[in-house]
Amino acid sequence: MSATILSWSLLVALVLLGLAMVIAAVRMLRGPRAQDRIVAFDALYVNAMLLLLVFGMRTGSTLYFEAALVIALLGFVATLALAKFLMRGEIIE
Amino acid sequence: MSHAADLPLWASLIASFLVLLGASLTLVGAIGLVRLKTFYDRIHAPSLGATWGAGGILLASILLFSVLQSRLVLHEVLIAVFVTVTTPVTLMLLGRAALYRDRSENAADLPPPIRSDGETKSGDAI
Amino acid sequence: MSRLLPYPLLAVSLLAMWLLLNGLSLGHLVLGSVIGIAASNVTAALQPPRSRIRRWHLIPRLVAIVLVDIWRSNVAVARLILFPAQHRRVSGFVIVPLELREPAALAILACILTCTPGTAWVEYDSTARKLLIHVFDLVDEAHWIDLIKNRYERLLLEILA
Repeated sequence: MSATILSWSLLVALVLLGLAMVIAAVRMLRGPRAQDRIVAFDALYVNAMLLLLVFGMRTGSTLYFEAALVIALLGFVATLALAKFLMRGEIIE
Repeated sequence: MSHAADLPLWASLIASFLVLLGASLTLVGAIGLVRLKTFYDRIHAPSLGATWGAGGILLASILLFSVLQSRLVLHEVLIAVFVTVTTPVTLMLLGRAALYRDRSENAADLPPPIRSDGETKSGDAI
Repeated sequence: MSRLLPYPLLAVSLLAMWLLLNGLSLGHLVLGSVIGIAASNVTAALQPPRSRIRRWHLIPRLVAIVLVDIWRSNVAVARLILFPAQHRRVSGFVIVPLELREPAALAILACILTCTPGTAWVEYDSTARKLLIHVFDLVDEAHWIDLIKNRYERLLLEILA
């Protein structure tokens, strides 16, 4: 009983998060300007990280946690570099 | 879901509620990203998913793994701290970058520069 | 003591992170302490500005206030996104004069304001000591200035000397 409730709500959460990723991707493709695309990319990787965490809860494995941590770290550095590029036109000055 | 077969009912109810709350807040944030009209409005949308959206899912994860392994599993706290520290940094930097770009293009509806000595941000050399 | 541990808070948080990632055991406790002390000594070479926490007991209050505020503004912003027709929303920029100068306190204020979905930190000028924020649902400018100054800034001024 309790496993069924949890299983279904995790499935619904996966669908919601997947939908959120699609919507963020729409904004990323539509733009219109570079900063809009970067904000959408930021939302996209946070959503991907949450999706992996829900996957981890569904399978009961903590391996997904490590993957989520790596996505969070790399996504942060990537958006930071992109934002810096917008300001200055170069990343390493 | 065989690993959760012996999960108590209260734990699965609370975890389900938290997961659904987090996922729907994240979805609302994403919808806002598409619906809102200007960039400065859109910059508010992702923080919805990064605060209580992530918070709900991480709390559910802590609860689920702690009950299943019958010890406190807290490593999700790391992601929570990391996300709350990094999201403001990226959004702040993006906001500044957008303001800088808009000012250098003399866009409409921008706030006046806040520097007191009359030297404007857009006057800075690249 | 201070030569071995120039930044005790940093060393302790590195140790906590190590234990959270690897699980609690005596071996990891020793290894994490060594890494924490070594890393905080390496950081000392960079000479980051040192800030002192004066009143520890106010920190839980600030955390509770911020969590509640983030929750409330989450609900408010979610409602505005989903039902935009309910009332005409005007967003805009607000300039807030700040008394805070401590870099650590400013960083915490920036995190608080940007994490709250209704407000976003855009620009801060340290000579004019003015802060530019963008507010999602701007009804009354004075209300937001009052909120930042009395709810967050006063507590931060008390916590960080």
